[in-house]
Amino acid sequence: MQLTDRSKKTDKTPLTLAEKSYLPGIAKGLGITLKHFFSKKATIRYPEQKRYLGPIFRGHHILKRDEEGRERCTACGLCAVACPAEAISMVAAERVKGEESLYREEKYAASYEINMLRCIFCGLCEEACPKEAVYLRHDKFVPVFTSRDQVIYGKDQLVEDMNERYERDAWTKEEMQKLWAQQKPVNY
Amino acid sequence: MDSVFIIKSLIILGIFAISLTIAAYETYFERVIAAFIQDRVGPDRAGPFGLLQPLADAGKLFFKEDFIPGMADKWLFILGPSLAMLTALMTSAVIPFGDSILYDGQEILVQGIEVNIGILWVFGVVSLGVYGILIGGWASNNKYSLYGAIRAASQNISYELAMGLSIIAVLMMASSLSLRTIVESQHGMNWNIFYQPLGFIIFLTCSFAECNRTPFDLPESENELVAGYHTEYGSMKLGLYLFSEYVNMFISSAVIATLFLGGFNYPGMDWVYATMTENFGAVVGHNLSTLAGTLVFFAKIFAFIFLFMWVRWTLPRFRYDQLMDLGWKGLIPLAIVNLIITAAAELSGHALLVNWIGLGVFIALVYAWSAIFGTKKTSL
Repeated sequence: MQLTDRSKKTDKTPLTLAEKSYLPGIAKGLGITLKHFFSKKATIRYPEQKRYLGPIFRGHHILKRDEEGRERCTACGLCAVACPAEAISMVAAERVKGEESLYREEKYAASYEINMLRCIFCGLCEEACPKEAVYLRHDKFVPVFTSRDQVIYGKDQLVEDMNERYERDAWTKEEMQKLWAQQKPVNY
Repeated sequence: MDSVFIIKSLIILGIFAISLTIAAYETYFERVIAAFIQDRVGPDRAGPFGLLQPLADAGKLFFKEDFIPGMADKWLFILGPSLAMLTALMTSAVIPFGDSILYDGQEILVQGIEVNIGILWVFGVVSLGVYGILIGGWASNNKYSLYGAIRAASQNISYELAMGLSIIAVLMMASSLSLRTIVESQHGMNWNIFYQPLGFIIFLTCSFAECNRTPFDLPESENELVAGYHTEYGSMKLGLYLFSEYVNMFISSAVIATLFLGGFNYPGMDWVYATMTENFGAVVGHNLSTLAGTLVFFAKIFAFIFLFMWVRWTLPRFRYDQLMDLGWKGLIPLAIVNLIITAAAELSGHALLVNWIGLGVFIALVYAWSAIFGTKKTSL
Protein backbone atom coordinates (compact mmCIF):
# COMPACT_ATOMS: atom_id res chain seq x y z
CA MET A 1 0.00 0.00 0.00
CA GLN A 2 1.34 3.36 -0.97
CA LEU A 3 0.86 5.98 1.72
CA THR A 4 2.45 8.96 0.00
CA ASP A 5 3.65 9.76 -3.48
CA ARG A 6 6.90 11.21 -2.16
CA SER A 7 8.92 8.00 -2.14
CA LYS A 8 11.42 7.64 -4.97
CA LYS A 9 11.94 4.32 -6.67
CA THR A 10 15.57 3.22 -6.67
CA ASP A 11 16.90 2.87 -10.17
CA LYS A 12 18.55 -0.53 -10.21
CA THR A 13 19.29 -0.70 -13.92
CA PRO A 14 22.94 -1.48 -14.73
CA LEU A 15 25.08 1.58 -15.34
CA THR A 16 25.69 2.70 -18.88
CA LEU A 17 29.24 3.16 -20.12
CA ALA A 18 29.21 6.91 -19.56
CA GLU A 19 27.85 6.44 -16.05
CA LYS A 20 30.56 3.87 -15.30
CA SER A 21 33.26 6.41 -16.16
CA TYR A 22 31.84 8.64 -13.36
CA LEU A 23 32.76 11.75 -15.38
CA PRO A 24 29.25 13.05 -16.31
CA GLY A 25 28.10 12.54 -12.73
CA ILE A 26 31.14 14.33 -11.35
CA ALA A 27 30.66 17.24 -13.75
CA LYS A 28 27.02 17.53 -12.69
CA GLY A 29 27.95 17.48 -9.02
CA LEU A 30 30.66 20.08 -9.49
CA GLY A 31 28.10 22.27 -11.24
CA ILE A 32 25.73 22.04 -8.30
CA THR A 33 28.40 22.93 -5.75
CA LEU A 34 29.66 25.80 -7.89
CA LYS A 35 26.14 27.20 -8.03
CA HIS A 36 26.05 27.15 -4.24
CA PHE A 37 29.52 28.68 -4.09
CA PHE A 38 28.19 31.85 -5.67
CA SER A 39 24.77 31.83 -4.09
CA LYS A 40 23.63 34.11 -1.28
CA LYS A 41 24.83 32.98 2.14
CA ALA A 42 22.33 32.10 4.83
CA THR A 43 24.58 33.19 7.70
CA ILE A 44 23.65 36.07 10.01
CA ARG A 45 26.82 37.28 11.75
CA TYR A 46 25.18 37.22 15.17
CA PRO A 47 26.59 39.74 17.60
CA GLU A 48 26.84 42.45 14.93
CA GLN A 49 23.80 41.42 12.96
CA LYS A 50 20.53 40.29 14.43
CA ARG A 51 17.48 38.74 12.92
CA TYR A 52 14.15 40.49 13.52
CA LEU A 53 12.44 38.31 16.06
CA GLY A 54 8.92 39.52 15.43
CA PRO A 55 6.66 42.02 17.22
CA ILE A 56 5.53 39.56 19.89
CA PHE A 57 8.92 38.23 20.96
CA ARG A 58 9.12 37.97 24.76
CA GLY A 59 12.38 39.51 25.91
CA HIS A 60 13.45 41.95 28.61
CA HIS A 61 10.73 43.07 31.08
CA ILE A 62 9.67 46.67 31.28
CA LEU A 63 7.47 48.57 33.75
CA LYS A 64 5.63 51.14 31.65
CA ARG A 65 4.94 54.73 32.51
CA ASP A 66 1.91 56.57 31.17
CA GLU A 67 1.94 59.58 28.83
CA GLU A 68 2.76 61.99 31.67
CA GLY A 69 5.59 59.86 32.90
CA ARG A 70 3.81 58.36 35.92
CA GLU A 71 4.37 54.72 36.83
CA ARG A 72 1.38 52.62 35.91
CA CYS A 73 2.04 49.80 38.37
CA THR A 74 -0.18 49.78 41.45
CA ALA A 75 1.48 46.82 43.13
CA CYS A 76 -1.69 44.73 43.00
CA GLY A 77 0.43 41.57 42.90
CA LEU A 78 -1.52 39.84 40.12
CA CYS A 79 1.65 39.35 38.07
CA ALA A 80 3.37 37.69 41.02
CA VAL A 81 0.38 35.40 41.46
CA ALA A 82 0.26 34.57 37.75
CA CYS A 83 3.98 33.90 37.54
CA PRO A 84 4.48 30.11 37.32
CA ALA A 85 8.14 30.40 38.26
CA GLU A 86 7.53 32.72 41.22
CA ALA A 87 10.09 35.13 39.90
CA ILE A 88 8.32 38.35 40.80
CA SER A 89 8.17 39.94 44.23
CA MET A 90 7.12 43.42 45.23
CA VAL A 91 6.51 45.71 48.17
CA ALA A 92 3.53 48.04 47.98
CA ALA A 93 3.47 51.56 49.36
CA GLU A 94 0.91 54.35 49.63
CA ARG A 95 1.34 57.48 47.58
CA VAL A 96 1.77 60.57 49.74
CA LYS A 97 0.87 64.13 48.84
CA GLY A 98 3.19 65.65 46.25
CA GLU A 99 3.94 62.37 44.51
CA GLU A 100 1.02 62.63 42.07
CA SER A 101 3.38 63.26 39.17
CA LEU A 102 5.35 60.08 39.97
CA TYR A 103 2.65 57.46 40.48
CA ARG A 104 -0.65 57.26 38.68
CA GLU A 105 -2.77 55.78 41.47
CA GLU A 106 -2.85 55.93 45.25
CA LYS A 107 -0.85 52.75 45.63
CA TYR A 108 2.47 51.97 43.99
CA ALA A 109 5.32 49.46 44.06
CA ALA A 110 8.03 50.69 46.39
CA SER A 111 10.17 47.84 45.19
CA TYR A 112 9.57 45.51 42.27
CA GLU A 113 12.01 42.69 41.66
CA ILE A 114 12.25 39.99 39.03
CA ASN A 115 14.62 37.10 39.50
CA MET A 116 15.93 36.50 35.98
CA LEU A 117 17.25 33.05 36.83
CA ARG A 118 13.70 32.01 37.67
CA CYS A 119 11.86 33.81 34.89
CA ILE A 120 10.88 31.57 31.99
CA PHE A 121 9.67 34.44 29.76
CA CYS A 122 6.19 32.97 29.42
CA GLY A 123 4.49 36.36 29.34
CA LEU A 124 1.77 35.47 31.87
CA CYS A 125 2.63 38.58 33.92
CA GLU A 126 1.77 40.90 31.05
CA GLU A 127 -1.46 38.98 30.48
CA ALA A 128 -2.37 39.25 34.16
CA CYS A 129 -1.60 42.95 34.53
CA PRO A 130 -4.85 44.99 34.79
CA LYS A 131 -3.01 48.31 34.50
CA GLU A 132 -1.00 47.58 31.33
CA ALA A 133 2.14 48.18 33.36
CA VAL A 134 4.40 45.17 32.81
CA TYR A 135 5.46 44.06 29.35
CA LEU A 136 8.08 41.83 27.81
CA ARG A 137 9.91 43.87 25.20
CA HIS A 138 10.23 42.38 21.72
CA ASP A 139 13.48 44.18 20.88
CA LYS A 140 15.80 43.49 23.79
CA PHE A 141 17.22 40.39 25.43
CA VAL A 142 18.03 40.07 29.11
CA PRO A 143 21.82 40.24 28.94
CA VAL A 144 24.07 37.41 30.01
CA PHE A 145 24.95 37.43 33.71
CA THR A 146 28.08 35.98 35.18
CA SER A 147 27.38 36.16 38.91
CA ARG A 148 24.40 35.68 41.16
CA ASP A 149 24.23 39.27 42.38
CA GLN A 150 23.45 40.40 38.82
CA VAL A 151 20.43 38.14 38.64
CA ILE A 152 17.75 40.11 40.50
CA TYR A 153 16.49 43.06 38.49
CA GLY A 154 15.05 45.92 40.51
CA LYS A 155 13.03 48.94 39.53
CA ASP A 156 16.16 50.78 38.38
CA GLN A 157 16.53 48.28 35.53
CA LEU A 158 12.85 47.71 34.85
CA VAL A 159 11.03 51.05 34.84
CA GLU A 160 10.70 52.68 31.45
CA ASP A 161 13.04 55.51 30.53
CA MET A 162 10.95 58.49 29.30
CA ASN A 163 13.67 59.47 26.84
CA GLU A 164 13.61 56.04 25.22
CA ARG A 165 10.00 54.96 25.34
CA TYR A 166 9.19 51.41 24.38
CA GLU A 167 6.65 50.90 21.64
CA ARG A 168 5.30 47.65 20.25
CA ASP A 169 5.85 47.28 16.49
CA ALA A 170 2.49 45.76 15.85
CA TRP A 171 -0.73 45.29 17.74
CA THR A 172 -2.93 43.61 15.13
CA LYS A 173 -2.50 40.42 13.16
CA GLU A 174 -2.36 42.33 9.86
CA GLU A 175 0.39 44.64 11.04
CA MET A 176 2.35 41.66 12.28
CA GLN A 177 2.09 39.75 9.01
CA LYS A 178 3.26 42.82 7.13
CA LEU A 179 6.31 43.03 9.37
CA TRP A 180 7.13 39.37 8.95
CA ALA A 181 6.91 39.68 5.19
CA GLN A 182 9.68 42.28 5.14
CA GLN A 183 11.80 40.36 7.64
CA LYS A 184 15.54 40.53 7.00
CA PRO A 185 18.70 40.77 9.10
CA VAL A 186 18.83 44.15 10.80
CA ASN A 187 21.80 45.89 12.30
CA TYR A 188 20.86 47.00 15.78
CA MET B 1 80.50 35.50 -1.17
CA ASP B 2 79.33 34.88 -4.68
CA SER B 3 76.28 36.95 -5.53
CA VAL B 4 74.94 34.16 -7.73
CA PHE B 5 75.10 31.82 -4.77
CA ILE B 6 73.22 34.31 -2.62
CA ILE B 7 70.47 34.73 -5.20
CA LYS B 8 70.17 30.98 -5.58
CA SER B 9 69.88 30.59 -1.80
CA LEU B 10 67.25 33.31 -1.76
CA ILE B 11 65.28 31.48 -4.43
CA ILE B 12 65.45 28.22 -2.48
CA LEU B 13 64.47 29.96 0.75
CA GLY B 14 61.67 31.71 -1.11
CA ILE B 15 60.30 28.45 -2.48
CA PHE B 16 60.47 26.95 1.01
CA ALA B 17 58.71 29.91 2.59
CA ILE B 18 56.11 30.11 -0.16
CA SER B 19 55.20 26.44 0.05
CA LEU B 20 54.77 26.73 3.83
CA THR B 21 52.73 29.94 3.56
CA ILE B 22 50.52 28.52 0.85
CA ALA B 23 50.01 25.35 2.88
CA ALA B 24 49.01 27.44 5.90
CA TYR B 25 46.55 29.48 3.89
CA GLU B 26 45.19 26.38 2.20
CA THR B 27 43.78 25.40 5.59
CA TYR B 28 42.00 28.75 5.72
CA PHE B 29 40.74 28.58 2.15
CA GLU B 30 39.66 25.00 2.59
CA ARG B 31 37.34 26.16 5.34
CA VAL B 32 36.15 29.22 3.44
CA ILE B 33 35.46 27.24 0.26
CA ALA B 34 33.71 24.53 2.25
CA ALA B 35 31.60 27.20 3.89
CA PHE B 36 30.75 28.93 0.61
CA ILE B 37 29.74 25.66 -1.01
CA GLN B 38 27.51 24.95 1.98
CA ASP B 39 25.98 28.49 1.87
CA ARG B 40 27.89 29.67 4.95
CA VAL B 41 30.56 32.37 5.34
CA GLY B 42 33.33 30.43 7.09
CA PRO B 43 35.93 31.71 9.57
CA ASP B 44 35.76 35.51 9.77
CA ARG B 45 36.61 36.30 13.39
CA ALA B 46 40.44 36.32 13.53
CA GLY B 47 41.62 39.44 11.77
CA PRO B 48 40.05 40.96 8.64
CA PHE B 49 38.07 38.24 6.82
CA GLY B 50 39.54 35.76 9.31
CA LEU B 51 42.92 35.94 7.62
CA LEU B 52 44.76 35.32 10.89
CA GLN B 53 42.95 32.02 11.37
CA PRO B 54 45.94 29.84 10.33
CA LEU B 55 48.10 31.62 12.93
CA ALA B 56 45.47 31.04 15.59
CA ASP B 57 45.22 27.37 14.63
CA ALA B 58 48.99 26.91 14.71
CA GLY B 59 49.19 28.67 18.07
CA LYS B 60 46.51 26.41 19.44
CA LEU B 61 48.26 23.29 18.17
CA PHE B 62 51.60 24.36 19.66
CA PHE B 63 50.12 24.93 23.10
CA LYS B 64 48.23 21.66 23.33
CA GLU B 65 49.60 18.78 25.35
CA ASP B 66 52.17 16.79 23.41
CA PHE B 67 51.00 13.33 24.34
CA ILE B 68 52.64 10.02 23.44
CA PRO B 69 50.56 6.93 24.21
CA GLY B 70 52.09 4.55 26.74
CA MET B 71 52.27 1.50 24.49
CA ALA B 72 53.38 3.43 21.42
CA ASP B 73 56.85 3.12 19.96
CA LYS B 74 58.12 6.49 21.09
CA TRP B 75 60.78 7.25 18.50
CA LEU B 76 58.82 5.95 15.53
CA PHE B 77 55.82 7.89 16.83
CA ILE B 78 57.89 11.07 16.57
CA LEU B 79 59.54 10.04 13.30
CA GLY B 80 56.20 9.52 11.50
CA PRO B 81 55.02 13.14 11.22
CA SER B 82 58.59 14.40 10.77
CA LEU B 83 59.05 12.13 7.78
CA ALA B 84 55.69 13.10 6.32
CA MET B 85 56.61 16.79 6.54
CA LEU B 86 60.15 16.24 5.24
CA THR B 87 59.07 14.35 2.14
CA ALA B 88 56.29 16.82 1.49
CA LEU B 89 58.76 19.71 1.46
CA MET B 90 61.48 17.91 -0.53
CA THR B 91 59.42 17.57 -3.69
CA SER B 92 59.31 21.28 -4.44
CA ALA B 93 63.06 21.34 -5.06
CA VAL B 94 62.87 20.31 -8.71
CA ILE B 95 59.77 22.20 -9.80
CA PRO B 96 60.58 25.05 -12.19
CA PHE B 97 58.69 28.01 -10.77
CA GLY B 98 59.85 30.35 -13.50
CA ASP B 99 62.23 30.81 -16.37
CA SER B 100 65.46 32.44 -15.18
CA ILE B 101 66.86 35.58 -13.60
CA LEU B 102 69.66 37.48 -15.34
CA TYR B 103 72.00 38.92 -12.74
CA ASP B 104 75.62 39.95 -13.00
CA GLY B 105 75.82 38.51 -16.51
CA GLN B 106 74.75 35.09 -15.30
CA GLU B 107 71.52 33.18 -15.77
CA ILE B 108 70.03 31.87 -12.55
CA LEU B 109 67.16 29.42 -12.89
CA VAL B 110 64.08 30.01 -10.74
CA GLN B 111 64.14 26.45 -9.45
CA GLY B 112 65.61 24.70 -6.43
CA ILE B 113 67.82 22.32 -8.36
CA GLU B 114 67.79 21.64 -12.08
CA VAL B 115 68.42 17.91 -12.42
CA ASN B 116 67.88 15.87 -15.55
CA ILE B 117 65.81 13.30 -13.62
CA GLY B 118 63.36 15.84 -12.18
CA ILE B 119 60.15 13.85 -12.47
CA LEU B 120 61.89 10.73 -11.18
CA TRP B 121 62.90 12.70 -8.08
CA VAL B 122 59.30 13.77 -7.58
CA PHE B 123 58.13 10.19 -7.87
CA GLY B 124 60.78 8.81 -5.57
CA VAL B 125 60.06 11.35 -2.86
CA VAL B 126 56.29 10.98 -3.21
CA SER B 127 56.64 7.22 -2.77
CA LEU B 128 58.70 7.87 0.35
CA GLY B 129 55.89 10.07 1.63
CA VAL B 130 53.76 7.07 2.45
CA TYR B 131 56.43 5.94 4.94
CA GLY B 132 55.55 8.84 7.21
CA ILE B 133 51.92 7.69 7.32
CA LEU B 134 52.84 4.02 7.62
CA ILE B 135 55.33 4.55 10.46
CA GLY B 136 52.98 6.88 12.33
CA GLY B 137 50.06 4.48 11.99
CA TRP B 138 52.11 1.50 13.06
CA ALA B 139 53.84 3.22 15.97
CA SER B 140 50.51 4.37 17.44
CA ASN B 141 49.77 0.79 18.48
CA ASN B 142 46.10 1.25 17.65
CA LYS B 143 44.24 -0.96 15.24
CA TYR B 144 42.38 1.92 13.58
CA SER B 145 45.63 3.76 12.99
CA LEU B 146 47.18 0.63 11.55
CA TYR B 147 44.16 0.15 9.31
CA GLY B 148 44.51 3.70 8.05
CA ALA B 149 48.21 3.27 7.46
CA ILE B 150 47.76 0.05 5.53
CA ARG B 151 44.99 1.58 3.48
CA ALA B 152 47.26 4.51 2.69
CA ALA B 153 50.07 2.20 1.63
CA SER B 154 47.97 -0.01 -0.64
CA GLN B 155 46.14 2.97 -2.12
CA ASN B 156 49.34 4.86 -2.89
CA ILE B 157 50.99 1.84 -4.48
CA SER B 158 47.94 1.10 -6.62
CA TYR B 159 47.58 4.63 -7.89
CA GLU B 160 51.28 5.23 -8.43
CA LEU B 161 51.20 2.65 -11.23
CA ALA B 162 48.57 4.45 -13.24
CA MET B 163 50.21 7.76 -12.45
CA GLY B 164 53.59 6.55 -13.70
CA LEU B 165 52.07 5.13 -16.87
CA SER B 166 50.29 8.39 -17.64
CA ILE B 167 53.55 10.25 -17.09
CA ILE B 168 55.46 8.02 -19.48
CA ALA B 169 53.23 9.36 -22.26
CA VAL B 170 54.27 12.90 -21.31
CA LEU B 171 57.91 11.87 -21.18
CA MET B 172 57.68 10.37 -24.65
CA MET B 173 56.54 13.72 -26.01
CA ALA B 174 59.27 15.74 -24.31
CA SER B 175 61.86 12.92 -24.53
CA SER B 176 63.32 14.07 -21.23
CA LEU B 177 62.84 13.47 -17.53
CA SER B 178 63.83 17.03 -16.69
CA LEU B 179 60.84 19.09 -15.60
CA ARG B 180 62.36 22.20 -17.14
CA THR B 181 62.69 20.53 -20.53
CA ILE B 182 59.11 19.27 -20.25
CA VAL B 183 57.93 22.81 -19.53
CA GLU B 184 59.99 24.31 -22.34
CA SER B 185 58.57 21.80 -24.81
CA GLN B 186 55.09 23.25 -24.06
CA HIS B 187 56.06 26.75 -25.15
CA GLY B 188 53.23 29.25 -25.58
CA MET B 189 49.90 27.46 -25.81
CA ASN B 190 51.41 24.12 -26.83
CA TRP B 191 50.28 22.46 -23.61
CA ASN B 192 50.25 18.72 -23.04
CA ILE B 193 46.62 18.72 -21.92
CA PHE B 194 45.55 19.32 -25.55
CA TYR B 195 47.60 16.34 -26.67
CA GLN B 196 46.57 14.01 -23.88
CA PRO B 197 43.24 14.82 -22.26
CA LEU B 198 42.97 11.19 -21.16
CA GLY B 199 46.41 11.22 -19.57
CA PHE B 200 45.51 14.45 -17.80
CA ILE B 201 42.35 12.96 -16.29
CA ILE B 202 44.24 9.85 -15.17
CA PHE B 203 47.02 11.89 -13.63
CA LEU B 204 44.56 14.20 -11.88
CA THR B 205 42.62 11.29 -10.41
CA CYS B 206 45.81 9.61 -9.26
CA SER B 207 47.10 12.76 -7.62
CA PHE B 208 43.85 13.03 -5.68
CA ALA B 209 44.52 9.50 -4.46
CA GLU B 210 48.18 10.21 -3.71
CA CYS B 211 47.25 13.24 -1.62
CA ASN B 212 44.65 11.20 0.28
CA ARG B 213 42.03 13.76 -0.66
CA THR B 214 38.32 13.11 -1.00
CA PRO B 215 36.98 11.03 -2.79
CA PHE B 216 40.00 8.88 -1.96
CA ASP B 217 40.53 9.85 1.69
CA LEU B 218 40.11 6.32 2.98
CA PRO B 219 43.26 6.36 5.16
CA GLU B 220 41.75 9.07 7.32
CA SER B 221 38.05 8.41 7.03
CA GLU B 222 36.51 9.71 10.23
CA ASN B 223 33.43 7.57 10.34
CA GLU B 224 35.12 4.26 9.55
CA LEU B 225 38.50 4.57 11.25
CA VAL B 226 37.90 7.28 13.87
CA ALA B 227 40.54 9.37 12.11
CA GLY B 228 42.79 6.79 10.49
CA TYR B 229 46.53 6.93 10.88
CA HIS B 230 46.54 10.07 13.06
CA THR B 231 43.97 8.91 15.64
CA GLU B 232 46.55 8.89 18.45
CA TYR B 233 48.22 12.12 17.45
CA GLY B 234 47.68 15.50 19.00
CA SER B 235 49.39 18.84 19.37
CA MET B 236 51.81 19.91 16.65
CA LYS B 237 52.53 16.32 15.59
CA LEU B 238 48.96 16.15 14.33
CA GLY B 239 49.54 19.63 12.93
CA LEU B 240 52.54 18.36 10.97
CA TYR B 241 50.48 15.54 9.47
CA LEU B 242 47.70 17.87 8.41
CA PHE B 243 50.20 20.44 7.23
CA SER B 244 52.14 17.93 5.14
CA GLU B 245 48.89 16.97 3.47
CA TYR B 246 48.35 20.57 2.43
CA VAL B 247 51.96 20.94 1.27
CA ASN B 248 51.44 17.79 -0.79
CA MET B 249 48.34 19.33 -2.31
CA PHE B 250 50.30 22.44 -3.30
CA ILE B 251 53.12 20.36 -4.77
CA SER B 252 50.85 18.07 -6.73
CA SER B 253 49.01 21.08 -8.12
CA ALA B 254 52.40 22.43 -9.18
CA VAL B 255 53.36 19.13 -10.79
CA ILE B 256 50.06 18.89 -12.66
CA ALA B 257 50.48 22.47 -13.89
CA THR B 258 54.05 21.69 -14.94
CA LEU B 259 53.33 18.48 -16.76
CA PHE B 260 50.02 19.22 -18.43
CA LEU B 261 49.30 22.95 -18.34
CA GLY B 262 52.65 24.25 -19.54
CA GLY B 263 54.12 25.44 -16.23
CA PHE B 264 55.16 29.07 -16.64
CA ASN B 265 54.16 29.17 -20.31
CA TYR B 266 51.20 31.23 -21.36
CA PRO B 267 49.78 32.35 -24.70
CA GLY B 268 51.43 35.54 -25.91
CA MET B 269 54.54 35.08 -23.83
CA ASP B 270 56.84 35.81 -26.78
CA TRP B 271 55.10 39.12 -27.39
CA VAL B 272 55.37 40.00 -23.67
CA TYR B 273 59.06 39.09 -23.71
CA ALA B 274 59.70 41.21 -26.78
CA THR B 275 57.85 44.26 -25.39
CA MET B 276 59.51 43.95 -22.01
CA THR B 277 63.04 43.72 -23.38
CA GLU B 278 62.31 46.56 -25.78
CA ASN B 279 61.01 48.90 -23.08
CA PHE B 280 63.15 48.01 -20.07
CA GLY B 281 66.34 46.73 -21.67
CA ALA B 282 67.51 43.15 -22.10
CA VAL B 283 68.27 42.34 -18.45
CA VAL B 284 65.34 44.01 -16.64
CA GLY B 285 62.93 42.99 -19.40
CA HIS B 286 64.02 39.37 -19.14
CA ASN B 287 63.59 39.38 -15.37
CA LEU B 288 60.17 41.04 -15.63
CA SER B 289 58.90 38.49 -18.12
CA THR B 290 60.23 35.74 -15.84
CA LEU B 291 58.18 37.30 -13.05
CA ALA B 292 55.11 37.31 -15.31
CA GLY B 293 55.64 33.63 -16.09
CA THR B 294 56.00 32.82 -12.39
CA LEU B 295 52.77 34.64 -11.62
CA VAL B 296 50.99 32.71 -14.37
CA PHE B 297 52.37 29.48 -12.93
CA PHE B 298 51.05 30.36 -9.48
CA ALA B 299 47.67 31.24 -10.96
CA LYS B 300 47.54 27.73 -12.45
CA ILE B 301 48.57 26.21 -9.14
CA PHE B 302 45.84 28.11 -7.30
CA ALA B 303 43.29 26.99 -9.87
CA PHE B 304 44.23 23.39 -9.19
CA ILE B 305 44.18 23.88 -5.43
CA PHE B 306 40.67 25.27 -5.84
CA LEU B 307 39.75 22.22 -7.91
CA PHE B 308 41.09 19.94 -5.17
CA MET B 309 38.89 21.66 -2.58
CA TRP B 310 35.91 21.97 -4.89
CA VAL B 311 35.99 18.22 -5.54
CA ARG B 312 36.43 17.52 -1.84
CA TRP B 313 33.17 19.27 -0.99
CA THR B 314 31.33 17.70 -3.93
CA LEU B 315 32.07 13.99 -3.98
CA PRO B 316 31.48 11.45 -1.25
CA ARG B 317 34.13 8.89 -0.34
CA PHE B 318 34.67 5.76 -2.44
CA ARG B 319 34.16 2.35 -0.92
CA TYR B 320 37.42 0.46 -0.59
CA ASP B 321 36.65 -2.15 -3.25
CA GLN B 322 35.47 0.60 -5.60
CA LEU B 323 38.75 2.38 -5.04
CA MET B 324 40.77 -0.70 -5.93
CA ASP B 325 38.48 -1.46 -8.90
CA LEU B 326 38.93 2.04 -10.25
CA GLY B 327 42.69 1.93 -9.82
CA TRP B 328 43.48 -1.51 -11.14
CA LYS B 329 40.65 -2.21 -13.58
CA GLY B 330 39.98 1.31 -14.73
CA LEU B 331 42.92 3.65 -14.65
CA ILE B 332 45.82 1.29 -15.37
CA PRO B 333 44.31 -0.15 -18.59
CA LEU B 334 43.31 3.36 -19.64
CA ALA B 335 46.83 4.59 -18.99
CA ILE B 336 48.24 1.79 -21.12
CA VAL B 337 45.83 2.69 -23.94
CA ASN B 338 46.90 6.30 -23.59
CA LEU B 339 50.52 5.17 -23.84
CA ILE B 340 49.86 3.27 -27.05
CA ILE B 341 47.95 6.16 -28.61
CA THR B 342 50.72 8.61 -27.72
CA ALA B 343 53.39 6.31 -29.08
CA ALA B 344 51.53 5.99 -32.38
CA ALA B 345 50.98 9.74 -32.48
CA GLU B 346 54.65 10.49 -31.87
CA LEU B 347 55.70 8.09 -34.62
CA SER B 348 53.19 9.46 -37.13
CA GLY B 349 54.57 13.00 -37.03
CA HIS B 350 51.16 14.66 -36.54
CA ALA B 351 51.01 14.33 -32.78
CA LEU B 352 47.92 16.45 -32.04
CA LEU B 353 45.74 15.05 -34.82
CA VAL B 354 46.62 11.38 -34.28
CA ASN B 355 46.19 11.69 -30.51
CA TRP B 356 42.60 12.88 -30.90
CA ILE B 357 41.83 10.37 -33.65
CA GLY B 358 43.24 7.60 -31.48
CA LEU B 359 41.16 8.72 -28.53
CA GLY B 360 38.03 8.89 -30.70
CA VAL B 361 38.67 5.43 -32.13
CA PHE B 362 39.24 4.06 -28.63
CA ILE B 363 35.99 5.50 -27.29
CA ALA B 364 34.10 4.22 -30.36
CA LEU B 365 35.56 0.76 -29.85
CA VAL B 366 34.61 0.71 -26.19
CA TYR B 367 31.07 1.77 -27.06
CA ALA B 368 30.82 -0.88 -29.75
CA TRP B 369 32.14 -3.50 -27.32
CA SER B 370 29.66 -2.62 -24.63
CA ALA B 371 26.80 -2.49 -27.16
CA ILE B 372 27.59 -5.99 -28.41
CA PHE B 373 28.83 -7.80 -25.32
CA GLY B 374 27.69 -5.57 -22.47
CA THR B 375 24.67 -6.28 -20.30
CA LYS B 376 21.49 -4.91 -21.79
CA LYS B 377 19.91 -2.04 -19.92
CA THR B 378 16.63 -3.50 -18.73
CA SER B 379 14.12 -1.66 -16.63
CA LEU B 380 13.16 -3.44 -13.46
